[in-house]
Amino acid sequence: MLNDNRIRIITGHYGSGKTEFAVNYAAKLAKSGKKVALADLDVVNPYFRSREKENLLSEMGIKVIGSSIKAHAADVPAVSAEIFAPLQDESYDVVLDVGGDPVGARVLGRYYNYFKEGKYDMFFVINANRPETQEVENTIKYLKEIERVSRAKVTGLINNTHLLKSTTVEDVLKGQKLAEEVSKKLNIPIKYISVLEHVARELPSNLEGEIFPITLYMREEWML
Amino acid sequence: MAKILMKGNEAIGAAAIKAGCKYFFGYPITPQNELPEYMSRELPKVGGVFLQAESEVAAINMVYGAAGAGARVMTSSSSPGIALKQEGISYIAGAELPCVIVNIVRGGPGLGGIQPAQSDYYQSTRGGGNGDYRTVVYAPATLQETVDLVMEAFDVADQYRIPVMVVGDGMIGQMMEPVEFKEPKKRNLPPKDWATTGTKGQRKPNIINSLFIDPKELEDHVLRLEEKYKVIKQNEVRYETYNLEDADVVVVAYGTTSRVVKNAIAKCEAEGLRVGLIRPITLWPFPDEAFEKISDKTKGILTVEMSTGQMIDDVKIAINGRKPVYFYGRTGGMVPEPDAIVAEIKKIAGGEK
Repeated sequence: MLNDNRIRIITGHYGSGKTEFAVNYAAKLAKSGKKVALADLDVVNPYFRSREKENLLSEMGIKVIGSSIKAHAADVPAVSAEIFAPLQDESYDVVLDVGGDPVGARVLGRYYNYFKEGKYDMFFVINANRPETQEVENTIKYLKEIERVSRAKVTGLINNTHLLKSTTVEDVLKGQKLAEEVSKKLNIPIKYISVLEHVARELPSNLEGEIFPITLYMREEWML
Repeated sequence: MAKILMKGNEAIGAAAIKAGCKYFFGYPITPQNELPEYMSRELPKVGGVFLQAESEVAAINMVYGAAGAGARVMTSSSSPGIALKQEGISYIAGAELPCVIVNIVRGGPGLGGIQPAQSDYYQSTRGGGNGDYRTVVYAPATLQETVDLVMEAFDVADQYRIPVMVVGDGMIGQMMEPVEFKEPKKRNLPPKDWATTGTKGQRKPNIINSLFIDPKELEDHVLRLEEKYKVIKQNEVRYETYNLEDADVVVVAYGTTSRVVKNAIAKCEAEGLRVGLIRPITLWPFPDEAFEKISDKTKGILTVEMSTGQMIDDVKIAINGRKPVYFYGRTGGMVPEPDAIVAEIKKIAGGEK
């Protein structure tokens, strides 16, 4: 992951698990000693946004940029102009946590000038257990539409197929098969397999993509 | 069918469509917006109609119309929006029309906030509308239960010709969980021979109405409704109990709060405390009978809610003075923490008077 380009954009279908991946990814970058900024660009979801975890992430040394309206539960957040700072300041590693679906990705259009080839990576998070992205065609449709509204290219796929805390190896492998087919059709590599730590240990070692064990930061202990 | 991962609001929409819901009338409000959005996308695919009304008041009256014509119809909103619908709900109850009303509850009063709350307990169970009427009120705790109850709600509405509410705090609408869609237990549903489907010159016109000029006629009508509510109380009460037999403390909680409570109970058990749970699944009819199972050795009842304590009255009526009733809650969009509930349980177990 240290070889990914400095600006990482995390996109995907609504509810695919982008935020959980983005938070874990930023945490891992910070642990490796990088100076990390996580920008929450989610203008779609009213709950479970990465900015809710600002305290936890700040303790890890991550700069969290959320809504410029200082209210976590605002109905309509305002994307902060502060995001330009880490986009311009090359000493930062940037993770952009984008809202779901093409409608969420539209926010990216504003930062188009920073998305120069070789300077950014745009990851597309896939969860094959979401009803709208169970088949290759639908998944590609979402990916293409997100590319269109953001005017940026997806550079890597992330298999994040899960059923929350009840995720099994079979779930991950089902998602891997879908990711492989999408990868082959679009010639985009599978970059990561994002998976709960205890499931990660049971995965076969010959899968395409780096196995990326995650912790569920966004789920309370009473949640499934 | 394998489980899929859905967000609560989407899952409610999917369940409604699977239950044969063809019409949805609503007006946007957070945190239930994904539900109308889902319906706007999916209802046309099954030959149904989604309509964004000009207001909540308009939407509930469209529900009145569609239900009167015999269709399976739903509306949804969140707390202040449900407040606006109360007049229509009372009319629907008066005209004995079946429909499903979903309330994804946010903090109040007034516009309040968009975070989860349970402060619409009074609104749901006492009715904000006028007159002697009741609505069946389901309060699911997981998305699987939400899906099951939404599907069943349409049957219950048709069976009794009554508006049925499904009430979930904001978490139920916003959370993602695995769900599968299963047919509810088959009920014998009466034909909708009262619906305004056109006489075709073969029968007298059906009239959908809640206005009575003659007070005796209205009294008869209301007493007939009352008889119906008695049957519902006998047949449709739902609840879950846990460990009531030898509990030191019994907690009463519903919806998402009951899940936080279960976490707290597990923590208490690890320390050797015996804690029971009554989880009402129907808020009306309230599960009075569950409270008869509480053992004599139980020291007290703790009601936990995301409100300032709107269910306490029903708990006190149900326990009928046998045990002291205590309360712990958070409100305004705050979700109780398991450890805070543990502390309250310990106070009662320790003999708080």
